[in-house]
Amino acid sequence: MIKFDSASYSYTGSELLSDITLDIASGAFHFVTGPSGSGKTTFLKMCYGELRPNTGAVQIFDQDLGQMTRDDIASMRRKIGVIHQDCQFLDHLNIVDNIALPLSVSQQINPNSETQLKELLAWVGLTNRVNAMPPELSGGERQRVALARAVIMSPDIIIADEPTGNVDWEMSQRLLKLLIELNKMGKTVLLASHDLSLIRLAKSHVQARVLRISDKRIRIAGADL
Amino acid sequence: MMNYIFGLFDALMTTRLWSRDAQRDRVVPPTGYTATLTLFSSAVMAFLSVFALTLSISAARLSVYWGDALANSSTLQISARADQMETQVALALQILKTTSGIEAARVISYEEQQKLLEPWFGPAAPLQRLSLPTLIDITEAASGYNVENLRLRLAADVPGAILDDHARWRRPLVQAANTLWAIGLFCALLILSASGAMITLAARASMSANSQVIAVLRMIGAHDSYVAAAFVQRFTFRTFIGSLIGCALAALLLITFTDPTQQAAILTGLGLEGRDWLRLIVIPVLFTVLALLATYAAAHRVLKGLS
Repeated sequence: MIKFDSASYSYTGSELLSDITLDIASGAFHFVTGPSGSGKTTFLKMCYGELRPNTGAVQIFDQDLGQMTRDDIASMRRKIGVIHQDCQFLDHLNIVDNIALPLSVSQQINPNSETQLKELLAWVGLTNRVNAMPPELSGGERQRVALARAVIMSPDIIIADEPTGNVDWEMSQRLLKLLIELNKMGKTVLLASHDLSLIRLAKSHVQARVLRISDKRIRIAGADL
Repeated sequence: MMNYIFGLFDALMTTRLWSRDAQRDRVVPPTGYTATLTLFSSAVMAFLSVFALTLSISAARLSVYWGDALANSSTLQISARADQMETQVALALQILKTTSGIEAARVISYEEQQKLLEPWFGPAAPLQRLSLPTLIDITEAASGYNVENLRLRLAADVPGAILDDHARWRRPLVQAANTLWAIGLFCALLILSASGAMITLAARASMSANSQVIAVLRMIGAHDSYVAAAFVQRFTFRTFIGSLIGCALAALLLITFTDPTQQAAILTGLGLEGRDWLRLIVIPVLFTVLALLATYAAAHRVLKGLS
C-alpha cells in the first residue's frame, strides 16, 4: 500500500530521514514512535504525499510519488484520512461543515450524506455538538471531529500524527478504540505516538506493529514491542 | 503565462468557476481586511472610471458636434466700395452657382448680420452706417468642392472676396476634442490596470492570510482548481458588487450635477445622454472579468509556490 525504497528527505541541506526502506501492507496497524524531532511527522507527511523524497522512491497505492502531479496527489489524498495533533479546521465553519468538507471537495455530496454525517457524529459521540464551532470544542472533541472528517470518505489509510498529544488518558483510550475499530474494518492505520502505554493497550486488541524512528532511520521496522 | 491561460480556459470549460457550490463558497472566511479592501477599492476605481469614461464619451460627442456643425458650410466675405458691391456680389454668386460641389449659396441679410453682431454691438447698433462686408453663406454638397480652385476663380473675378471654409477654426477644436477623448480613455485604462494590480494584491494577501484554509483543503484532497475557484469566486463577486456600487454613485452624481439643457453647449457638454448611459454597464463587467483573471493568476501563482 505504501512502499519506501531507500527514501531520504533533506530540508535546506540537513537530512531529516535517511535511507528508509519499508513496505506497509494493506490492513496493517502501525505505530510510529521516536523522540521529539526524530522525524515522525516528516515520515507521515511522506506517507500522504505532503513531502517527496529527495532520493530514493516512495510509492503510494502503487504510484510513484515523484511522478505524481499536484492534482494526482490531491486525488490520492481522498483515499487517505489524515489527523493532525492540532486538527486543522476551518474555524468559521461549524463541525458538521468541517466534517463534510472532504465530500464537498471531491463533489460527492449526495442525498445520503446527511445520514452519513449523523452516523459519523454518533460514532464519535458528538451528536449533541452539531452546531458547535471548532474553537468551542475541547481537545478531545476536536480530535474526534478530526477523526470523523478523516474517515468520511471511507479512506483506505488513516494517518494520525500524535492525535492523543493534547488529550487526557481516557480520551486517548477512546480515540484509540475508534482507530482500532477502523483497522478491524480493514483500514490501514498509521499512528504516531510516543505514549508507550497506549501502544501496549493497542497491542492487546490488534496486531499492532511499531516503527521506531531514531537517528533519521527506521530502527525496529516491523518488530513487535 | 500560457499555463495560466490554459488553466483558466480549462476551469471555465469544466464550469468549476461558474458552478455554484455552497460549501466551496464558504471555505474562504467572509470577513477580513482584504474583503473590505476589495469592495472599497473596486467601488472607488469604478467611480473614477465612470468619470474617465464620461470625459471620453463627451469629448467624442463634442468632436463630432464641432466637426459636423461647421463641416458642410463655408462663408464668402466680399468687401468692396458701395457702388461696386452689388456687381461683385452678383459675380460671386454666379461663380458659386457654377462651381461643382456647392449645393446652395445665399446672401446673408441685413437682419441676420445684425443678429450675428448683436452680442458685440447690442440690439440697437446702427450697422447701416458701418461699411460692413457682404456675407454669402455657402452650403456644400456631400462631395464637397475644391477650395483652392474656387479661391483662384474668385481672386480673378471678385478681388475683394475672402473664402472661409472654417477649417482653421474647426481643426484645432476637433483635435482638442479628440485629445480629450484619448486622455479620457487612457485614464480609464490606467484605472483599470491599477484595479487589476489592487485585486491581485488583495487576492495574494487573502491567500497568505488564509494559508491555514489552503493547507486544510490540500490535506483533504482539494485540487488546485477547487482552491483557486473558492478565492476567485469570492473576489470576483466582491469586485462586481464594489464596482456596481461605485458606478451607481457616479451615475447618481452625474444625474444630479449635470444640466441636461446644457448638453449641446460647447464647453459644458460633459455628461452622458441617451444610449451613453448603457455604456456604463461595461464598467462592472470589465471589473468582474479583470477580477476573475487577476485572482485566478494570483491563486495559481500562490498554489504553484506551495509545492
